[in-house]
Amino acid sequence: MHPPFGATIRRLTKSLAWLAGAAQCLSLLAVAPAAADPLEVNIGILRQVHSRETISLIDIPAADDFVAGAKMALEDNNTTGRFNEQSFSLVDAKIGAKEDPAAKMDAMIAQGVKLFVVDLPPDQLIAVADHAHDALIFNAGAQDERVREQDCRANVFHTTPSRTMRADGLAEYLIWKQWRRWFLVVGSHPDDKQLGEAYVRAARKFGAKIVETRTFEDAGGGRRSDSGVVQVQRQMPVFTQKAPDYDVLIAADESNVFAGYLPYRTWDARPVAGSAGLMPTSWDPSHDLWGANQLQNRFFKLFRRAMFERDNQAWTATRIIGEAVAHSKSADVQTLRAYLRGPDFSVADFKGTRLTIRLWNQQLRQPILLTDGRTTVSASPQEGYLHQVSELDTLGLDQPETKCKLP
Amino acid sequence: MQTSLMLALLLAAAPAQAATAYVTNEKGNSVTLVDLDKLVAVKTVEVGQRPRGIALSKDEKLLYVCLGDDDTIAILDAKTLERVGELPSGIDPEQIRLSPDGKLAFVANENDAMLTAIDLETKRAITEIPVGVEPEGVAVSKDGEIVVNTSETTSMAHFIDWRAKKVIANVLVGARPRYAEFAPDGKELWVSSEVGGGVSVIDSEKYVVVGKIGFEVPGLAKEQIQPVGIRFAQDGKLAFVALGPANRVAIIDVASRKPIKYLLVGQRVWQLALSPDGKYLVSTNGVTNDISVIDIAAGKVMKSIPVGSFPWGVAISSQ
Repeated sequence: MHPPFGATIRRLTKSLAWLAGAAQCLSLLAVAPAAADPLEVNIGILRQVHSRETISLIDIPAADDFVAGAKMALEDNNTTGRFNEQSFSLVDAKIGAKEDPAAKMDAMIAQGVKLFVVDLPPDQLIAVADHAHDALIFNAGAQDERVREQDCRANVFHTTPSRTMRADGLAEYLIWKQWRRWFLVVGSHPDDKQLGEAYVRAARKFGAKIVETRTFEDAGGGRRSDSGVVQVQRQMPVFTQKAPDYDVLIAADESNVFAGYLPYRTWDARPVAGSAGLMPTSWDPSHDLWGANQLQNRFFKLFRRAMFERDNQAWTATRIIGEAVAHSKSADVQTLRAYLRGPDFSVADFKGTRLTIRLWNQQLRQPILLTDGRTTVSASPQEGYLHQVSELDTLGLDQPETKCKLP
Repeated sequence: MQTSLMLALLLAAAPAQAATAYVTNEKGNSVTLVDLDKLVAVKTVEVGQRPRGIALSKDEKLLYVCLGDDDTIAILDAKTLERVGELPSGIDPEQIRLSPDGKLAFVANENDAMLTAIDLETKRAITEIPVGVEPEGVAVSKDGEIVVNTSETTSMAHFIDWRAKKVIANVLVGARPRYAEFAPDGKELWVSSEVGGGVSVIDSEKYVVVGKIGFEVPGLAKEQIQPVGIRFAQDGKLAFVALGPANRVAIIDVASRKPIKYLLVGQRVWQLALSPDGKYLVSTNGVTNDISVIDIAAGKVMKSIPVGSFPWGVAISSQ
């Protein structure tokens, strides 16, 4: 489905050859079977189906988008569990855009599911959290501030970075680069506008100047045609002309309508960042720093495709569950919540630092990767942005600004 | 008469005997040879792609260098640094540890969750044992009976009975364990957790965590403290832990398990090695492209020596 990535393929072929030899040894699995009944942890996956209308062919979601990451983490958790008398399984359900998730949740709860890894829009996420007070929900999809702020819930942890975390991560780098004058182009959908607001806030926070804000109206229609690049090549320069002097164009286009058309097509010779060009993200198939190619290789081996951000989000959330169960030796929701909020919790996610939980809104602290889709260009927080608690808290809404009040 | 004279001369020369540090440069694709007597880098030689883990043969004649991007372990002549052979390593070898008798090399294969033992005589992989996800550090007990492997994603130290080729205990430690080291008396195994930010002390007979060592450096965020390399002083009274981006080596009082001093070295300090006479400790400082030589008795950094690009591993020979 996704075009293969040459280097990964080559590496994989080599690793497969090696595996063939190693595979026969697996039967000699050297661990004695557990004497006691293993602790069984069943995890529920609730996920939306993302649009296949993307600008780039590479971004079209796979059929196992999101859940593939959870499945790999499940293998990791089970490898640990094999040594620990713990076993993990998952149930997967797709939730339609207008569907009430309650029925599918109830079916899972009936199967003993108390832990959910979720990629749903904010309203459905809140519905899920309120429907199952006794469950723990890991939001690995919604980037909206409100589910972390005024609409936060005590039984929800957020593993995906919010819009302000992403915008701040990009802003720190652009300021370090001395690209302080921003030309902001925002899409016409509500999500795009919220992302645009995150960039306005980031500009204020880090001392950038937005020289102009323009809206790109979504006129509808398909993303691809047999007519080639003719129209786009003419439209984008015209759309971006007559802007005041600027250093970088920032596109806020969560809806995948126009940002991908901007690089190399702006009227002025300026770089593009945001939803295209230099993109703030929590993962990219090209990320190979801090040992990440181990994760990329394992994922490719299992699913024959690259790991995308949503896959990685599901992996991280499911691994967090695995860590919490392994260390607290329990599958009890309150015990796990206490462990995640306690001083001993941290999780590794191939971003060069430990990830912990912000206690005030249960958001996972994490660096923001800046990728151009080919390499990891940088990772924020940038050096020199100091913070009294954690430099990771220079990203996104901080404790003094929060509207979240957890019991 | 003559022999005793020569012996006397040799003994007199012993304290000044030059030790040599071999440093792998991860980005430089090279090994730098450092004269630890004169404290200067003598030469830097290209060895292959992404050299990280490095070990000396027991007779100090050969060097084994893990070449991650070449998917092999190069065998180098320790004098000339010329390649004289290869070991079958599997994909992306990172760390290598030799058995105390010098006959076996242990390599963790991160991609397929296996610990591989290689016979150094025949250069063949002789045993593979399934371990946790992304195995990394390897330690071998003095008698060679117990091999320990840490796995990064599983966050465990796996104790393997080497004769039975069987995992006999799995001990949960802090997140992303990178390195394991037996104390000189063999009673404790120390495991560093890069992401967890501490060192777990494991009773190596009961296989339980009996202590945790945390680190606090004034002015540094806790995320910056990422312990990796561990070494013990020869008398076992002090231990040293490289703290990664905290840019410091912690000196730990082993009896009380408390850090007593933090030595500022270069940036992103990764691995450590002790000189054979036990007097000096060498740290590799990845981002500043140098190594720091630490005088253990004085508890001070003596000198920083520039090496190649992104130094990672270090092995020290008495020659």
